[in-house]
Amino acid sequence: MSDELPTPDEASPDRAGSGLPATLAAEAEIVDVRTGMFGTHGSGDTSGYGGLVRTVAMPAPSERPYGGDFDLVADRLAAALVVQGVADAGAVEKVVVDRGEITFYVRRNDLPAVARALRDDPDLRFEQCSGVSGVHYPQDTGRELHALYHFLSVTHGRRVRVEVTAPDADPHIPSIVAVYPMADWHERETWDFFGIQFDGHPALTRIEMPDDWPGHPQRKDYPLGGIPVEYKGATVPPPDTRRSYS
Amino acid sequence: MTGNVDRGTPPDRAAGDVAPDDTDPYGIALAGVADGDGRVFTASGGDWDDIAEAASSLGEERIVVNMGPQHPSTHGVLRLILELDGETVTEARCGIGYLHTGIEKNMEYRTWTQGVTFCTRMDYLTPLFQEAVYCLGVEKLLGITGDIPERASVIRVMMMELNRVASHLVALATGGMEIGALTVMTVGFRERERVLKLFELITGLRMNHAYIRPGGLAQDIPPGALDSIRDALAPLGEGIADIEKLANENPLVKARLVDVGYLDLAGCMALGVTGPVLRSTGLPHDLRKSEPYCGYETYDFEVCTWDTADAYGRMRIRINEMYESLRIVEQCLDRLQELGPAPVMIGDKKIAWPAQLAIGSDGIGNSLDHIRQIMGTSMEALIHHFKLVTEGFRVPAGQVYTAVESARGELGVHLVSDGGTRPYRAHFRDPSFVNLQAMAAMSEGGQVADVIVAVASLDPVMGGVDR
Repeated sequence: MSDELPTPDEASPDRAGSGLPATLAAEAEIVDVRTGMFGTHGSGDTSGYGGLVRTVAMPAPSERPYGGDFDLVADRLAAALVVQGVADAGAVEKVVVDRGEITFYVRRNDLPAVARALRDDPDLRFEQCSGVSGVHYPQDTGRELHALYHFLSVTHGRRVRVEVTAPDADPHIPSIVAVYPMADWHERETWDFFGIQFDGHPALTRIEMPDDWPGHPQRKDYPLGGIPVEYKGATVPPPDTRRSYS
Repeated sequence: MTGNVDRGTPPDRAAGDVAPDDTDPYGIALAGVADGDGRVFTASGGDWDDIAEAASSLGEERIVVNMGPQHPSTHGVLRLILELDGETVTEARCGIGYLHTGIEKNMEYRTWTQGVTFCTRMDYLTPLFQEAVYCLGVEKLLGITGDIPERASVIRVMMMELNRVASHLVALATGGMEIGALTVMTVGFRERERVLKLFELITGLRMNHAYIRPGGLAQDIPPGALDSIRDALAPLGEGIADIEKLANENPLVKARLVDVGYLDLAGCMALGVTGPVLRSTGLPHDLRKSEPYCGYETYDFEVCTWDTADAYGRMRIRINEMYESLRIVEQCLDRLQELGPAPVMIGDKKIAWPAQLAIGSDGIGNSLDHIRQIMGTSMEALIHHFKLVTEGFRVPAGQVYTAVESARGELGVHLVSDGGTRPYRAHFRDPSFVNLQAMAAMSEGGQVADVIVAVASLDPVMGGVDR
């Protein structure tokens, strides 16, 4: 391993670990702290690297220029937000450009205005919402629930992602069904699986799970379930109790 | 859509505070229904006779029919809830979720490579598109998109296009069966069988292939496969021509399909509809052209459109797209011939398994050569094989959204990695799921029989809808 090297190895795919410069890593969103060589839990680490501590961070906020069309999109979005009546600059909390994709982190109350701006501004023209996806980060205190919206502009051939967060204690995000009717089922799905309540949705009911299902299955605190399976005399434990290397 | 607030401002609630009834998030919508069109009957604390009397005053003809989820004409376990006035559908809603299997949740407990085995099972008619989009997503997260060997990309394109033909054939076959065109059904399934035989030859399975893997392919195409594919193309084209002869100008088919299931461009855009349904409005939107992947920009093919925005146009688009797919497959065959033997997996030893999978000469288990190469030739290979199979490779933290043009439209995948050996979150934007929302807009105001045609023209596959 390259512990001895003074500079992080650029070619290493493990950018998430110690590869990030210290300043950037501080700004980036830390999603996990791992110890040891292999990431196993519960069993002893006999590799001799048990003392290793690595933080895992999501890509850090980007500085301008973002590159490509992204600067234009960001500028137009800021201008269009003023038209939508969102005057203060805090609506977009941060911008992350990573792997050729741009993500706008939006204050949740301003999400419908952002969606309307993305759809209506002639230079943006994101005609389609490609989907809503939820992610649960239990360790991200105060911002546990994330809802991600992918928008596609057929006219300009661009995609953007909008990320909105809500705390577990108040899992409310305004609905964008009035702007993008397509989001109807996807918001129901995200409610079903993550328990995010989309205020203003016309009929926010469960869509995949039965109506009387307890809990929201894709949250990280919801167990996968499963039973041990016997095969040729050996017993295979359910997947969530097997040794994990993450 | 009643009661939508333009700038929904959820009231700030203190942590743990129980929301009082007047701030019920659904209160707005309920209020909108009460003073809106229909009357609301509350079945608690009253007399059933009163309710029955009030309901009967609305007329004898108005009934709610529950079609499915086990109805042969609703494409699998799709439940349609239709409010009828005579033969006219006044309101239509979908009930889904009968085939939900928790694939996305399960993927969070398996390695990135094992994820392929799960996502191939979602939409059971387009397994290779799911494998491809998932692998493209993982490769983008790893930052190795440019390192995929060309032979692997060409085979991916070839398999996807063969899969498009197979999927469209089933769409036409089942759609034909539902309107009574049984010969279209028999021809469609007969021709699809040719494609499935090719899949079996190449991947070993007719479906659930797990053939495309992050970094490349599970194995190269077997010897002689190029000839088998080339031999199958001509009969396939003839079979598609048979369907054309049966359906294109058939007055019965036209009477059932023309102007049925109408959805214009504005409707498609608002509802997020993609694929043949969107192209039937005349918009040549195809991700193979607008956001090329796997080298699609280097292939010569046309985007098929129609201008009627109805079920008939979608049928014609599917037929024409199959010819275009066969054209692409031919180009793939030529390229594979030119490329000759070449790797089909990335060279990075931290991602690719040290030996390609191969089946033993008796057709059972791994081939001895495969095992000999792993176990006997190199200590490094043995270590890497053990680590990659048990532990998997790590993927740098971050998230991506990748999309491909599946047979049904935009198939997208949103992958989140926390830097571990398993996906932190995998979400599939399945085209069937999104397109099915358009069912109500296509069917309301039409006849019951037209609902079947509208659903068939959307071509939803419930395995993909419910995942």
